[in-house]
Formats: sequence, structure tokens, C-alpha cells
Amino acid sequence: MQVPAQFAYAKAGSVDEAIALLRRHGPDALVVAGGHSLIPMMKLRLAEPTALIDINGLSELTGVAVQGDEVRLGAMVRHGEVLDSPVVREHFPILADAERLIADPIVRNRGTVGGSLCQADPSEDLSAAFSALRASVVIRSADGERVVPVREFHHGPYETAVAHGELLLEVRVPIRAATGSAYQKIERRAGDWAVASAGAVVTLDGDTVVDVGIGLTAVGAPHFVAPEAEDALRGGPATDDAFAAAARVAAEHCSPSADQRGPVDYKRHLVGELVTRTLQRATARARGEA
Amino acid sequence: MEITVRVNGVPQTRDVEPRLLLTHFLRDELRLTGTHWGCDTTNCGACVVRLDGVPVKSCTVLAVMADGASVDTVEGLAHGAELDPVQEGFVTCHGLQCGFCTPGMLMTTRALLDRDPDPSPATIREAISGQICRCTGYENIVRSVRWAAERTQAEQQSEVAP
Repeated sequence: MQVPAQFAYAKAGSVDEAIALLRRHGPDALVVAGGHSLIPMMKLRLAEPTALIDINGLSELTGVAVQGDEVRLGAMVRHGEVLDSPVVREHFPILADAERLIADPIVRNRGTVGGSLCQADPSEDLSAAFSALRASVVIRSADGERVVPVREFHHGPYETAVAHGELLLEVRVPIRAATGSAYQKIERRAGDWAVASAGAVVTLDGDTVVDVGIGLTAVGAPHFVAPEAEDALRGGPATDDAFAAAARVAAEHCSPSADQRGPVDYKRHLVGELVTRTLQRATARARGEA
Repeated sequence: MEITVRVNGVPQTRDVEPRLLLTHFLRDELRLTGTHWGCDTTNCGACVVRLDGVPVKSCTVLAVMADGASVDTVEGLAHGAELDPVQEGFVTCHGLQCGFCTPGMLMTTRALLDRDPDPSPATIREAISGQICRCTGYENIVRSVRWAAERTQAEQQSEVAP
């Protein structure tokens, strides 16, 4: 039987109250959203927060909505809501692709967008997808709000820009014209963590790639991105040869670790394949072909 | 801390530790042992209950998080002596052998049918993909859910017919 260590618990009634509670309970208090990463870690005593601040009741943090040329996803949006969202499907198929591969439908009923980002697991899928999309997050503290690009959000495994006494409020994703996106993952069994994953966002002008975002998961890519491969592709032709060349750059520059999911050369091989395939799929979607 | 959870329609108030998991609240505090405690790692789905209507794995929800919410367990599925069509389907189509996964399967598939009264076999398989059955190979579970869907539709049509 797995039992978490003892902790204090408080339900926040508003964002401001959640921030006040975090400050009151000290540096070892944590926010709990869906809890589907945190509670298992607490059961294994890998995490021993002195207090949990529950933000499940905060309607301020819910909803997926278009605001101007951005889509805003509240931190408490559940994975299942992302998957079911017509707005997401229309503008960001990469997110729907990724969500379909995260855990299982029951877990997706509970786990949240903000929770996944703040957990900052190196094998987490949404971080790579949002990085590829060049999304940003809004973080609030008692002193006010700040906006941080997702590409600057992760400071390392399980470490993010969210400091003590701060709360992630929402993710903002820019809507771009003539753009397609896709995500693919190799996993050992359904719903498992990735052996390797890649996501691609391609913006076309005719047959030229005018902008591109490439996200990588579980292969030691800093900030979940492959900037060298993006640079190799940007401004060039949207051809299979160009995609394969960019994929080789991504495979070369990431730094996967050998573990029970496979050796380093295998993971590099997967990066090459997955980057190629997601670039192809994203391009087809940008052209309205898929 | 004191919490009140509406379990199968009945408000239940208990004084619990914040670290008590919902599955143990149901099984140990309320003696509702229909909700099974399986892997304890959010994988097997034997502990699935509905939290405000949504299927969740109760080994990964704190009881205090359910304070003020409604929880439905397998004990609340039948209406008196009348089984839910999903339960009847599992009986009729041999949707279980050992029965360990069954409470979770029933709660998930009931929620599926509430949302989608006529799910395809592929949709059913996707819905139960977070739950493990080591007896049936899932084939009979899919048949059981299809049976429940068809039975419910047939009953609704006969009610509409003059």
C-alpha cells in the first residue's frame, strides 16, 4: 500500500487566494491540479510537500477560447477537453495528436494542461508540442503577472520558471495562417511515456517553409526543441529531402540517454524518423491535404 | 479534516486525513468494497468511480479533493433489484471471469454510453484502454457493452412505438 507522507491541505476559492495560501504555507507547499503526476510521486515519497493547495475549483482557470490571434487554454483545462475541443482541432492538430497519446482516457479526464507543463517531466508530451507552437504561458504572483515563452519555461527536469508563490494561469498559442502541425510518439505500450516523440509546426508560402517549429520529447533536447534543425529548414523548400536533412540535424543535436526504453543510437534513429514524418504530416495539413 | 461526499446519492460526512485516497475512503471508511483497489499506480483501472459524473481512477484522487462532490460507485449502478443494462450485458455476454476489473469496467462503460449511446467496438476499446482485464482478452467486454447499447436502444424504440 502506497501512502503519501502527511501534509496540510487547502482548497483555493480564487487565484488570489491560491497565491496567498502558497505564501502562507511556505516554500514546500505545492499546487495540486489533476494530481495525476504529483499524487503518484507523493505515494512513492518522491515528493513530500508540506501542504497541497487545490486549484480544482477555480473556474478562472478553465476553458479553451480564441482571443484575437491567439488561443487561450486555461491551466485547469483537462487533457480530455483539449482532445475534444473544436478550436484545438481546427488550429492546432499537433495538440490533438499529442493528447491522444497521453496516458489513457480516464487519466485524461483528470490531468491538466497546466499540471503537465509545471510537472516538467522530461518525457512529457505537451511541453514539446507547445514549444513547437511557440506558445507562451501567463504566470501570476502577488506582485502581478508575467508572460514567459514556453521555450524559456523549462529550467531542467522537473524545474520551471514558476517560482514559489506563483501560479501558472494559462497557455497562449498564436494562430498562424498557412500553417499545419503534427505530433508522433513511439511508446512501448499504449499510454506509456515516450521512448521518443517529435512535433512539427510548418508555415508555408507556396512551397517554401517560411517558419518551422520542431519539438522533441524524452531525448534530452534543451527546452524540448530542435533549433538547429529549424534553422536548417527555415527559408528552404518543403520537400522530403529537406525534411530528411533537417531530421538528421535534429537527431545529431539531441542528447538522449540509454535506459530501459532503449539505447542512444536507437533513440536518435527514432528522432530522425519522427521529425521527418511529422514535418511531412504538418506540411500536408498546411496545404489542406490531410 | 471533515469532508462531505455525496456517494451514490447519500451525503457521507467523515473526518479524514488529507492523505487518504478516495479509493480507501470508499472501501475502508464507507465499507463500499465494490470499488477495487488494484495496482495503486493509476494503470489498471479497477478503482474507477465517477466523480461528478466523470470516470476517474480513485487511487489517484485524494478523498479531500472530493469534498462537496458527488461520487458514484458500482454499488449505485443497479436500481434496486433491476440491473443496469451494462451489468446485464456483462452477465449475458460473459464480460468477466474473475471479476476484479469489472467494477471499473462497468463505471467507465456506463459513462461511455451516457455520452455515446451507440459506440462502435473501436470506440469501446478506446474508452476502456486505461483498464486492464487479464481474463477476457477484452472481446467479451466489447460484446457486453454493445449488448447494453442495443438493449437500451430497443427499449427506447418500444417505448416510443404506439
